[in-house]
Amino acid sequence: MLRDMLRIRVAEEEIANRYSQQKMRCPVHLSIGQEAVAVGVSHALQDGDQIVSTHRCHAHYLAKGGNLTAMLAELLGKETGCCGGRGGSMHLFDLAAGVLLSLPIVGASIPVGVGAALAFQQEQKPNVAVIYLGDASLEEGVYHESANFAALKKLPVIFVCENNLYSVYTALKDRQPSRVLTDLGSAHGLHAVHLDGNDVRAVNDAAAIAVNRARSGDGPSFLLADTYRWREHCGPNYDNTLGYRTVAEFEHWRARDPIAVLQRELLSLGDVTERDIEAMLAGFRSEVEAAFSAAEAAPMPNPVTVARGIYA
Amino acid sequence: MPEARVITAGAAIREALDLALDKHPESYVMGEGVADPGGIFGTTTGLVEKYGASRVVEMPVAENGLTGIAIGSALMGRRPIMTHQRVDFALLCLEQLFNTAAKSHYVTNGAHRVPMTVRLIIGRGWGQGPQHSQSLETLFAYIPGLKVVMPSTPADFKGLLLGAIADDNPVIFLEHRWLHYVKGAVAEGYAAMALDGPRRIHDGRDVTIVASSYMTLEARRAAVALASRGCHADVFDLRMLRPLKLDEIIASVRRTGKLVVCDTGWKILGPGAEIVAQIVEQAFDALKRAPIRLGLPDHPTPSSLALAEVYYPDSTHIIDAVAGLCDLGEGDITSARQEVLDARKGVPIDKPDPAFEGPF
Ligand SMILES: Cc1ncc(C[n+]2csc(CCOP(=O)(O)OP(=O)(O)O)c2C)c(N)n1
Ligand SMILES: [Mg+2]
Repeated sequence: MLRDMLRIRVAEEEIANRYSQQKMRCPVHLSIGQEAVAVGVSHALQDGDQIVSTHRCHAHYLAKGGNLTAMLAELLGKETGCCGGRGGSMHLFDLAAGVLLSLPIVGASIPVGVGAALAFQQEQKPNVAVIYLGDASLEEGVYHESANFAALKKLPVIFVCENNLYSVYTALKDRQPSRVLTDLGSAHGLHAVHLDGNDVRAVNDAAAIAVNRARSGDGPSFLLADTYRWREHCGPNYDNTLGYRTVAEFEHWRARDPIAVLQRELLSLGDVTERDIEAMLAGFRSEVEAAFSAAEAAPMPNPVTVARGIYA
Repeated sequence: MPEARVITAGAAIREALDLALDKHPESYVMGEGVADPGGIFGTTTGLVEKYGASRVVEMPVAENGLTGIAIGSALMGRRPIMTHQRVDFALLCLEQLFNTAAKSHYVTNGAHRVPMTVRLIIGRGWGQGPQHSQSLETLFAYIPGLKVVMPSTPADFKGLLLGAIADDNPVIFLEHRWLHYVKGAVAEGYAAMALDGPRRIHDGRDVTIVASSYMTLEARRAAVALASRGCHADVFDLRMLRPLKLDEIIASVRRTGKLVVCDTGWKILGPGAEIVAQIVEQAFDALKRAPIRLGLPDHPTPSSLALAEVYYPDSTHIIDAVAGLCDLGEGDITSARQEVLDARKGVPIDKPDPAFEGPF
């Protein structure tokens, strides 16, 4: 799990570093600081399981095994991008890896994930669907409609809500009354758990239980993972100077960097050494470098293809 | 007469909201981000400080419900001004807008009024792709009971927004994101414009061009390039899609016999289709050539710059259309095209056109 978190961090930091070159000409919503959720959940999944994601989909995609070069190529608008350059960063998917889709409209992918679970149930497959959602999507009616149906039919689906406390610049407290957020799951009959989303092991443990329940027909779960987005809502920079959140709050969360938390633990247990970590980082840096080179070398889509594929 | 200054359309919107909140004590602004540091691309900046959080209401990410809530408050005499940062997000509101807002007055035999304005922003550029740059004016313009405004100049942004807010009906106010940057003369003070019809923005007797929103800028640019080559276009900025008043445009076609319509959204079933249909119905005998429609090609907006480059029609397409209708010579066509291309100064098409800064 440390490896996967480091890999995602390295990839996203490199995206941030290169963004000002203006070759990636689409909005990017970085997950830096939130990697533990995606990684902890993915490590509880198997081949054939599906995830659906949102505008902030890089970590979910990579953690589930989505192709790195195809993702970077998509950000670069290339023919070899996962969407052939048609979608950009908010539409990542990888059928081979079980990343069914990502959608940029808040809440839009929630019912789609429930639909994937419905298909598993109808076909009696032992698979589960995971829906990644942000705290803001709990405000959309479609979350409640989807949760209700998932519970009614005991579908093999897990709602993973990443509460990073903000929707763009608007704090949770300015959008929702003070309440126990897991109640929004349990009120619909979901098995609801609140956890530290920056503790990858806690995430993984909770996900494993939820996956187990789903596979054995015990129905859907709702995992509420507290976490924090480090960078601006959209784009490569830090935006703590804007004033919508405090530097103290940011520093509080940065001190709980999910990667550093796990590293400290593994180091103290002697499970890894500083040198192992350096070696991993170096490996990921060259992997990301190579992926960028391959993506940048790929051709742009041919404009004559632009109108193709509107219908199946 | 209050003095006019040159300001951006974005600033004109802000000014209109400020004046409206002051003029109509029952009005309030509501939307995701209206009170945040971004302030809807600067169009609501400072309003919450001035009018307080009960009149500049930050809203949960719950577009459908909040639309109904705004309608309910409007039935009770409030005057909501809702804002969505993209048309695409407002798709969640359609049930409430189409069924409740648009029909309440009619179905109650005139007892209810829904004095509500909905600001929708049409995105474009920087690879935003299929779900952040749809220009869906047709959807709204199809619905009896809604009014649909699509301004292009800063003065109209201010005047028509004030007119929309003062109107006792649900008004959809469509703002092309790139128009926010355009500069123009705007009079100070409160002056609501009537939500009436189109405006002629360029005189000519050779061909009639009808455009709305962003495409008005492209049409004006094409008309200027064509005029210096002896082809004079009568250009109209549509301004309102519903009610759609075509009298002046029909009169123009009766003179020119030739028509080009330019939609900001998709061509097929776009406003241009309705305009051409009405002109064929009412002035068939005056047409010397088949009308030409321009608009987006029939597929979703791709993200990649390489694909977006062949997606958006611009003034060169308008020049080509007019050239065909007016039998322009090759030399004139080439030089007119070159003139409008040069004005772009090589800026990639996924960034706002520098030449459209205005003032006009
Ligand atoms: C229906 C809809 N409304 C508004 C938006 C604009 N928007 C994009 S991301 C976002 C914030 C969503 O916050 P959250 O779900 O908490 O996810 P986070 O960005 O924090 O990961 C908003 C409001 C949208 N994309 N779709
Ligand atoms: Mg959030």
